[in-house]
Amino acid sequence: MGSLLKKRGWIIGFILAAILFPFVSQNEYFLHILTLAFIWMIAVYGLNLLAGYTGYLSLAHAGFFAIGAYTLGLLTVKAGLNYWIALVLACFLTSAIGAVVGLVALRTREHFFAIYTLCVGYIIYLVIDKWDSLTGGVRGLIGIPAPTSVGPISFQTPLSQYYLILFFLLFTVLVMYRIIHSLTGRTFIAIRNSEDLAQTIGISTMKNKLLVFVISTFFAGLAGALYASFIRFIGPDIGYITIIFDLLTYLLVGGIGTLAGPIVGTFLIVTVSQSLQFLQDYRMLIFGPLLTLLIIFYPRGIVGAYHDWRMKSLAKKKQQLNRKQTYVHTQSTETEKKIKEG
Amino acid sequence: MLIETKKLTKTFGGLVAVNEVDFTIEKGKINAIIGPNGAGKSTFFNLLSGSYSPTSGRIFYKGKDITKLPPNKIARLGVARTFQTTNLFEQSTVLDNVIVGHRLRTESNLLDAVLRTKRFKREEEKCRDKAMEVLDFVGLTHVRDQLAVSITQEEKKRVAFALALATDPEIVFLDEPTAGINPGETEGLADLMEKMVEQQITVCLIEHKMKMIMALADKIMVLNYGEKIAEGTAEEIMNNQAVIEAYLGGDASA
Repeated sequence: MGSLLKKRGWIIGFILAAILFPFVSQNEYFLHILTLAFIWMIAVYGLNLLAGYTGYLSLAHAGFFAIGAYTLGLLTVKAGLNYWIALVLACFLTSAIGAVVGLVALRTREHFFAIYTLCVGYIIYLVIDKWDSLTGGVRGLIGIPAPTSVGPISFQTPLSQYYLILFFLLFTVLVMYRIIHSLTGRTFIAIRNSEDLAQTIGISTMKNKLLVFVISTFFAGLAGALYASFIRFIGPDIGYITIIFDLLTYLLVGGIGTLAGPIVGTFLIVTVSQSLQFLQDYRMLIFGPLLTLLIIFYPRGIVGAYHDWRMKSLAKKKQQLNRKQTYVHTQSTETEKKIKEG
Repeated sequence: MLIETKKLTKTFGGLVAVNEVDFTIEKGKINAIIGPNGAGKSTFFNLLSGSYSPTSGRIFYKGKDITKLPPNKIARLGVARTFQTTNLFEQSTVLDNVIVGHRLRTESNLLDAVLRTKRFKREEEKCRDKAMEVLDFVGLTHVRDQLAVSITQEEKKRVAFALALATDPEIVFLDEPTAGINPGETEGLADLMEKMVEQQITVCLIEHKMKMIMALADKIMVLNYGEKIAEGTAEEIMNNQAVIEAYLGGDASA
């Protein structure tokens, strides 16, 4: 019960900090960076459900991110559709393509799955890059509109966009929390632990894996669509391989298979790499070794390490308590003896 | 007769792992499959639980042909199994590990989970209750809230039993349930198997520990080089010439 209250405290603290941030800092640049980080977090959550909780490391997610972004861009710029309808369609189109890719990709496992999805991601990038007549090729897509107003609320200012994207992030976290703390989530975790065992306790592994893949691509698509309307310009490089490795780094640093991992990892790396900007490309000389050390010593990232540390200290406390109790117990029996003997 | 195999055969390339085995499992009894290493016992198990599909032959469960069914559908019919090593999720509690075992008897889906519907709450409760019930049955109530990483080897075996029992099975296949644990603990697990049979759950196990099998099993089948060489009660098996030869090699009287 105590841990639940503590968890709630963390969540409320995070929400308050995110809501209050623009009041504390008037710096528009920070606001921009943080909004972008929120978008990445949504995508990392999608990846986390698949790679962290179900055990399938997809390297195609930058591609799905780009599909979401381009769908929104094309539907609003070229087809002139309403922003919100385009957003919904972008998410669903990405999941539909995800379902088709998943049907084939999920027949492979482990390294083969990673390699296969890496190829799929690259093909998506190539299609976007070369299909000049539709996507504009290397010139990209310019003039994507900001979200249209909902009633009296307009989303033209950076501040309003910040809150809009924060809203979507909180929605993502809520959905993830509920999925993971449910029988459905337990089913996914069972598949990660052992597919053979999962099958023998009656779980249809293919159906569940496909479900996760589709949810996961849905959130990649959502993040992509939000990115397109926030930056308002997209080029094929948002689907490039480097993006998926960025997402993966955020996830690994924060903690793969943990609920808070995507937020912690993304926030940390985005802010740190901003403050190390003066080092330019030499940043990677610092990040590379740090990441390697982290994976060797803390395979479940910062959040996972924190969990383990808490579990250990709890167990220690319990042990000490037990020892005290037995000590008291033996003492009392000794006194009893003495009384009897006396 | 709960399960019946007819001329069940499995080949891997040129190797015949299981060769035309006819076997029946009777309801409410402890059935055992024994045999030297590499005799095809585990392969036979994997065929029965649907993990492998047979090269030829048929498997019937309560008269229904289940030869072509995938393992998850066979599990739904009431056939559970354990593995030699159980992969538990070590960072979560014993109870949390067992709850998913009853998942196959529930209907709630993703939408129920996200919207927290009534059905979701009812079924979460149902699975939790079932997990508590089976943990109590296998005698693990006291470690329920401990992390799976911190429990003993014998307790892990019991968790594997609990996970299988949580699926509401009519028959449980146990793949070397007492491998790697000491004699005292082995007896405890044997008692547990007898307790399962008392609850009308049929047991079928693979074992190496002869003394235990002879005392425990109502019916034994002996496999050697993929072929059934004997079938019967413990006494019949002990006096069977072919069995003695397979285990000791050569003539028994020599």
